[in-house]
Amino acid sequence: MSTGAQQVDAVIDIRKLHTSYGAAVVHEDVSLSVRKGETFALVGGSGCGKSTLLRAIIMLLRPDSGSIRVFGQEVIGLNDEQALPLRRRWGVMFERGALFSALTVAENVAMVLREHTQLSPRLINEVVALKIALTGLPASAGNKYPSELSGGMRKRAALARAIALDPELLFLDEPTAGLDPFSASGIDELVQSLHQALGLTIMMVTHDLDSLWRVADRVGVLDSGRILGVDTMEELAQAEHPVIREYFYGPRGRAAQEQTWKKR
Amino acid sequence: MNGDDRAHINWQADASGAATMHCSGAWTVRGIQQLESALDTLAWPGEQQLVLDASGIVTLDTSGAWLLHRTLQMLQQSGKSVILQGMQPGFNTLLQLVAARATGAGHELPARKGALDRLGRMAWKWLQDMVGMFAFVGEISIVLLHSLLRPARLRWRPILYNLQTAGFEALPITGLLSFLMGVVIAYQGADQLQRFGANIYVADMVGFTMLRELSPMLTAIIVAGRSGSAYAAQIGTMKVTEEIDALRTIGIVPHELLVIPKMLALMIALPLLTVFSDMAGLFGGMIMASTKLNISYGVFLDRIGDAVNLSSFLTGVVKAPVFAVIIASVGCFQGFQVSGSADSVGRQTTMSVVHSIFLVIVADALFSLVFNWLKI
Repeated sequence: MSTGAQQVDAVIDIRKLHTSYGAAVVHEDVSLSVRKGETFALVGGSGCGKSTLLRAIIMLLRPDSGSIRVFGQEVIGLNDEQALPLRRRWGVMFERGALFSALTVAENVAMVLREHTQLSPRLINEVVALKIALTGLPASAGNKYPSELSGGMRKRAALARAIALDPELLFLDEPTAGLDPFSASGIDELVQSLHQALGLTIMMVTHDLDSLWRVADRVGVLDSGRILGVDTMEELAQAEHPVIREYFYGPRGRAAQEQTWKKR
Repeated sequence: MNGDDRAHINWQADASGAATMHCSGAWTVRGIQQLESALDTLAWPGEQQLVLDASGIVTLDTSGAWLLHRTLQMLQQSGKSVILQGMQPGFNTLLQLVAARATGAGHELPARKGALDRLGRMAWKWLQDMVGMFAFVGEISIVLLHSLLRPARLRWRPILYNLQTAGFEALPITGLLSFLMGVVIAYQGADQLQRFGANIYVADMVGFTMLRELSPMLTAIIVAGRSGSAYAAQIGTMKVTEEIDALRTIGIVPHELLVIPKMLALMIALPLLTVFSDMAGLFGGMIMASTKLNISYGVFLDRIGDAVNLSSFLTGVVKAPVFAVIIASVGCFQGFQVSGSADSVGRQTTMSVVHSIFLVIVADALFSLVFNWLKI
């Protein structure tokens, strides 16, 4: 970001981030910012450090150096008590759902509300039903255990838990990975409609080119620990960088692009 | 949040017979906490025509929108006509979304079950477990028979590995506990025997109780806690991560790889551990006898040789393989009973220890009956 005004608008602002696991360097000098109200997607090949970056932002992992500001507050080095107000303002959906297997879907969602609000059991129950309905799950799914759900339903349930507190910022780790195209596009639509209705800022990590064309406002390309470019899909598609070109112009990339253009 | 971070609603009647309700503040999941309880006791205006002025709402999220939607519905159902006005367009979209997705009252909470219902379920579960256990033992027997008919197909590496973890690595704890058990028996007996001047019989006492009953039982209980639980947890976790299914698809019978080696290894290890426990127990008794009753080691050992015959030793050792079968089959069975959740792994692991100790003691009692009947 070059100007001060945009910095204020940035919900997430990452500066000169370095991360390493032992001798393996994961991030080298990563700088990135996500603006308020946008859907930002982080892409890159497997093992390029996308998920690690996400984990660093949500304080599950401590980078070596650099700065990560979320809602204007530095998150590196916060203790749990200091982190709590921030954690209440965001929701995270993990790649494999990470639903609590001993609880039903409704209990999974209700748990967050019970922990952080003093609403009456009746209202919590109603709000839970609403969140489950918002993610497009049938009402009957609420009383099921995660192990009884299909992969797509589990992702929706995980999303219902992530939006339980109406977060201002939503992190999605591979929201469509491992889903059939139909379920995947269902999740895309869901993310889009939540984004529009709730005015969320969304940061997602994804491999899914269809998702990128459909839901992402801006896309950041990460390759071997560095940001290669941050732009809209249309602009990135014109980029000259060989890795970006390979990523977007491989056989699957072209197909996704053509499909989107047909739709428009 | 600018200004008020709580949601408010209040109303005033005007001359024309309509009442205006003003909603204001932050209608968010955190803002509506007080409002929710206030709504239940709020005296609503008596007028039929209501105007709901939402222009004061600063922020609105889905929970707030739901509460607003619920309130509107409640008013309409009580026969009033409500006009909503002053809502920001963005909030209106959200309210419409919530209204469209709302399914009604929420999930029915699972009904609290009566005592009779619970008892019935427990009995049914218990019966199912029993039948399942018998079926499992049957399956294992068939697989074991197949394996023994073709010894080349036996998996020696896991057998040896299990021998090491369940047998060799259990030596220190088994030895220590048996030693202490011998000490305790000799110590407790010493006072009584001294009273009758029958000091030397302490050797009979320690020898018989350790060799016939306590060593096999103590060893079995230690192994059930150490290894039976590990079997249940290992197989249970493999079931959760679908590794068991993966084995089947590769064409490996899970029982052959996961159960048979454990069972064979335990059948070898448990008798050996029992003998080790016998020795440690006698050693403990011997030390106690020499310090408390002044019986020298040589005299103690001579007496053991005379008093404890071979059949006493064998009745103890012969139980061990049976206990081994019980521990291995209960541990593995409970592992296979795991379904889906992390919680379930914990429950079945606990169950495996409780059930195998229970069955070991029952089997021990049966052995006593049979030996008594055979006059051994």
